[in-house]
Amino acid sequence: QEIHIKEPIEKEVNPRLLPGELLLCEASTVYKYMQEDGSNRGTYGKLVCTNFKISFLDDDSASDDNEPQFKNKIVGENDITLQCVDQIYGVYDEKKKLLTGQLRKYPEKLIIYCKDLRVFNFCLRYTKEEEVKRIVSGIVHHSQTPKLLKRLFLFSYASAAPNYTDGRNQTVMFETLEDWRDELERTKGNVKYKAVTTNEGYRVSEKLPLYFVVPICISEESILKYEGRGIPIWCWSCHNGAALLKMSTFPKEQDDSTSQMQKAFLDGIYKTISKPPYELLKLDDLSSSLPSLQDIQTAYTRFKQLFLIDNSTDFWATDVKWFSLLESTNWLEIIRRVLKKAIEVAECLEIQHTNVLLIEESATDLCCVISSLVQVMMDSYSRTKSGFQSLIQKEWVIGGHGFLDRCNHLHKSEKEEAPVFLLLLNCVWQLVQQYPPAFEFTETYLTVLSDSLYVPIFSTFFFNSQHQRDTNKSGESLKTQSGPFRFLTVWDWAVQFDPKAQAFLNNPLYAEKPKPDKSQRKTARFKHQRQLSLPLTQAKPSTKRGFFREETDHLIKNILGKRIGKFINSSDEPPNSLREFYDSWHSKPVDYHGLLLPRIDGPEIKVWAQRYLRWIPEAQLHGGGTIATAAKILDLMEEVQSLQVKMDEEHSQAVSGDVHSVPMLRNSARLSSLFPFALLQRQSVKPALPTSTWKDLEDEDDLVKRDDEFVDLSGDML
Amino acid sequence: MASSSTPKYNSNSLENSSKRVRTLKDGTNWEQNEEIPRLPGETRVTDKDVIYMCPFNGPVKGRVYITNYRLYLRSVENDPVVILNVPLGVISRIEKMGGASSRGENSYGLDITCKDMRNLRFALKQEGHSRRDIFEVLTKYAFPQSHNLLFFAFVNEEKFPANGWMVYNPMSEYRRQGLPNERWRVTFINEHYGLCDTYPSLLVVPYNATDEDLKKVAAFRSRNRIPVLSWIHPETQAVIMRCSQPLVGMSGKRNKDDERYLDIIREANGQISKLTIYDARPSVNAVANKATGGGYEGEDAYPNAELFFLDIHNIHVMRESLKKLKDIVYPNVEESHWLSSLESTHWLEHIKLVLTGAIQVADKVSSGRSSVLVHCSDGWDRTAQLTSLAMLMLDSYYRTIEGFEVLVQKEWISFGHKFASRIGHGDKNHADADRSPIFLQFIDCVWQMSKQFPTAFEFNEQFLITILDHLYSCRFGTFLYNSEFLREKERVTEKTLSLWSLINSEKSKYTNPFYSKELNRALYPVASMRHLELWVNYYIRWNPRIRQQQPNPVEQRYMELLALRDDYIRRLEELQITNNSKISNSSASSTSPSQMVSQVQTHF
Repeated sequence: QEIHIKEPIEKEVNPRLLPGELLLCEASTVYKYMQEDGSNRGTYGKLVCTNFKISFLDDDSASDDNEPQFKNKIVGENDITLQCVDQIYGVYDEKKKLLTGQLRKYPEKLIIYCKDLRVFNFCLRYTKEEEVKRIVSGIVHHSQTPKLLKRLFLFSYASAAPNYTDGRNQTVMFETLEDWRDELERTKGNVKYKAVTTNEGYRVSEKLPLYFVVPICISEESILKYEGRGIPIWCWSCHNGAALLKMSTFPKEQDDSTSQMQKAFLDGIYKTISKPPYELLKLDDLSSSLPSLQDIQTAYTRFKQLFLIDNSTDFWATDVKWFSLLESTNWLEIIRRVLKKAIEVAECLEIQHTNVLLIEESATDLCCVISSLVQVMMDSYSRTKSGFQSLIQKEWVIGGHGFLDRCNHLHKSEKEEAPVFLLLLNCVWQLVQQYPPAFEFTETYLTVLSDSLYVPIFSTFFFNSQHQRDTNKSGESLKTQSGPFRFLTVWDWAVQFDPKAQAFLNNPLYAEKPKPDKSQRKTARFKHQRQLSLPLTQAKPSTKRGFFREETDHLIKNILGKRIGKFINSSDEPPNSLREFYDSWHSKPVDYHGLLLPRIDGPEIKVWAQRYLRWIPEAQLHGGGTIATAAKILDLMEEVQSLQVKMDEEHSQAVSGDVHSVPMLRNSARLSSLFPFALLQRQSVKPALPTSTWKDLEDEDDLVKRDDEFVDLSGDML
Repeated sequence: MASSSTPKYNSNSLENSSKRVRTLKDGTNWEQNEEIPRLPGETRVTDKDVIYMCPFNGPVKGRVYITNYRLYLRSVENDPVVILNVPLGVISRIEKMGGASSRGENSYGLDITCKDMRNLRFALKQEGHSRRDIFEVLTKYAFPQSHNLLFFAFVNEEKFPANGWMVYNPMSEYRRQGLPNERWRVTFINEHYGLCDTYPSLLVVPYNATDEDLKKVAAFRSRNRIPVLSWIHPETQAVIMRCSQPLVGMSGKRNKDDERYLDIIREANGQISKLTIYDARPSVNAVANKATGGGYEGEDAYPNAELFFLDIHNIHVMRESLKKLKDIVYPNVEESHWLSSLESTHWLEHIKLVLTGAIQVADKVSSGRSSVLVHCSDGWDRTAQLTSLAMLMLDSYYRTIEGFEVLVQKEWISFGHKFASRIGHGDKNHADADRSPIFLQFIDCVWQMSKQFPTAFEFNEQFLITILDHLYSCRFGTFLYNSEFLREKERVTEKTLSLWSLINSEKSKYTNPFYSKELNRALYPVASMRHLELWVNYYIRWNPRIRQQQPNPVEQRYMELLALRDDYIRRLEELQITNNSKISNSSASSTSPSQMVSQVQTHF
């Protein structure tokens, strides 16, 4: 293998370090391949590993003329945070080997697969042996081996950086009793539900947040009795008063009398909260009605593998059977089932006016997914940026989703790993692409949010619970004289993006909610529900490919199987009421500020192309993709704004300060479809051509061999 | 085709029935009066009470009206009103279901298979032969060719402000391409279709080839379809030529004239490179064709050419593929295992191969600077797909509404794509092996390109759907008959209207608001399954559950912004005029309205 490049010039390039960031090891004369064309083109530079990131530094990176429009200030294009590393492979004599712990031999090439789906190829053949040893074992050690929580960069950064929280941030953090009370008031849930202080000092449970909301009729003793298990915890109230609740179950009990007592306790609770003024109660045990965390993890592991492409040949080889490959991962099917479940819950709340109680062992995984999705679909506030962020705070961060374990940030146990939060983002993305005007944020926002899962300068995704965060905040801070740590929140987008780049997070298509007109709102939102149903001759439930049939059956079986049928009125509900709800909603024009139901038929569930294809040059459309139309809209908005300013000047008014910033695009016609993520602008206009194509039509041999028309041409020749 | 004027369920908005239908706030459409839509020249034949077995909403009581052009059904119930509006031309097959003694509700009636991805089923009363009339009337008017009747296009008396027959003039299209020039000439050798009865009368051939040469070449090409020019690259002067397969046969015949002719073509762009021949077929098929006298250009006979096979399958494979596709999307969309079901139809793989082939052709001409010869067996199916798609990639003119009409008129209609045989216009023989969705496949490829490059095409999705609808409807003469020769014989341009008359009279309906004109920019789609999509708005448009939001919200927002901008510009002008008059003439610095406007427009 030859490599044709200029002699490496060893310029002294130093990594840009964040406060608290320490250089751990480095190697020079490392050759980084450009993924672009499978050739051996690339650049020489220095590979470094710090307590925050792995970084490749080349001479070019210093030049500013190619400054991308959308740049992350914390993680550059050649930076990989230690938490972002997915897998590291070494290449020995052309063979790839997974690198995990202690190494005996050192590879010639290093391939780093990242959780944000980037792939880095480094050649170490020209690097001094000593340096190879140091850098490879350093990288493997710091990114792949178990870590103590306190060794997370989060802490070094927090103790070194003077962090000031952004005052303008409108996200509700749900850290105070006030926040919960405001949320109750906002959703008009305060008549039947109350925020409790029972868990102050975490005396109920370390898993529950400091403050949470329960039905008013629940006593403090019951909350304390089983550490909060078996207690319905309020998530959200629908406009008609029906509420979405969640509950963690009791651990499997060997002792019969204990489980008898628990059962009696539960019966008591159900009785209390299904009496008026409370609505009828529906239970949904998510651990049996949805795929397990294990299934989700397996599916995602397979799915992401499809996008970690080594080279062009790889890309086209997998293209041939792309659809069946996709399907075999099961990831899209899981998304579909989760969306379907959310529709089911929405129907109960909206149409049947029943409370829905989601049940799960800890109530911090699928409960978070479903309750968040339901709120995104039913509450247009959750479709604004601050509303969505508040929702993530409420259901996930304070709600106690175990981010640390689920992301396996500390490499403690792979068994706990499951991309539950990513699953939510994937589901929300389906809605965003199906209803572009309904969301204040863009898919780019969701993509960078998913990337932020691996940036350990924010506390948001680096703790398992509020308790864990609180105790670690103060714990060792005695050593540093700075008092308790002040962590950054990911919602402070200014930390990662300057205002110009932040503009890409705002959806130019978002139609802001018109000023509430109270007299009209009621009729608009309530009354149409019953008219929704199709007054046609009732269709017999479609037999063969029943739309919701399996699901409804499942639901009923589940509920009845649990012998709590007396709390449920579902028996007289026709099994296709859900389907009717779905169909009739979809037959009406969409109200972008009202209820939003995802379309879940096979062709409607898509791959989140921006997140998964963004680093693959073969998938790039030069001058195409949705960005092409988005760019036209942005151009026009910019023009309208400048006209507005001119108008104001003509009116000789003060300059209006409330102008939403619009991203500036130049030469938008030639933007890549991978924008704003495409780093390598391919200059060539050569089209991408499949290198392997499918020809095989085994089952239609006779047809294949026929000619278009049966005419014997040889006759003409005589 | 779920436009706002579309009545609610499973209906067809082929006609401009919007005049009679007003849209209520809740999206339901009501007819203001009982009258059914009728085109000038359309006459009512019969009507009957039936039950429409809607696959999505169950049985619907209604009355069906049959004219010499369409089948129209209106439900008895008004809430919501169900309307079917189906041109008889889309009907492929009519079957009786159940007999006089059939039991069970709604088991006696008619089952109609359509060419546009749906089936219609009507139940009738068993008493008194009620089915016989309607079956006979339908059969007669749906298959006029089998009953010695005229196509509706010949009785259609519609009037349009634009005349679509004027859109394509071969001479001016070649002139637009800079032809004839010193290397390429126009020949009238086929003026009376004597050389080749499936080619147009006007052909462009190398300047250095005489008409005598052409005749000799014709003897060696299947059905006399000799290599002629389709398109010339304005800069490289490399050309796209099209033809049929050489008649090599089992014995490996050679023809000096053909060999010389290809060499003349190669030399015509002044490059020393080889002539590239793309045989659209899989190589096995090309070899197999030798048995029936066909074949391909062998290396020995054509040392100055390099041959590539593009592996695109035959018309039968494509027909089966579409059949499978219909199975998984109609009436219900296959729910479990959607992706593998879709893959098993191979429809998108075929699309991928066609696009890949066209990209290769275009790239060779554009960056390879080599002239290209494209053929398959007869050069009227796969060849038309490849040349027209490559031209669409290379020449931005074809991405405009009129340019696309010219492209279809030229590469498909005039070069003898056998529309009559492939579609089976007015022919009752539904199982004819000549039928195949080759043109649909081409339109699908165009849709894939427009989806990948949403600002590159002047036309929108509705334009493509309308073309496909009238591919079957027989309301226009555009797609009738197999060749220019036959069309002239039937005096199609005198006696019928052109589809382009309809479209060009209402262009705004078919215009893509995001279109930005870009000259001479090659547009290569990515022929990867990651980007290819099933065209849901066409193939699954009858399913009310799968329906795209209309109007498209992104488009709507853009239109709002455009209106807002224009409003601002207008108001600014007004303001400036009043301000200027207030300030009187003292201030010279204030910008004049006209300056303002021009400043704004430089953005575009």
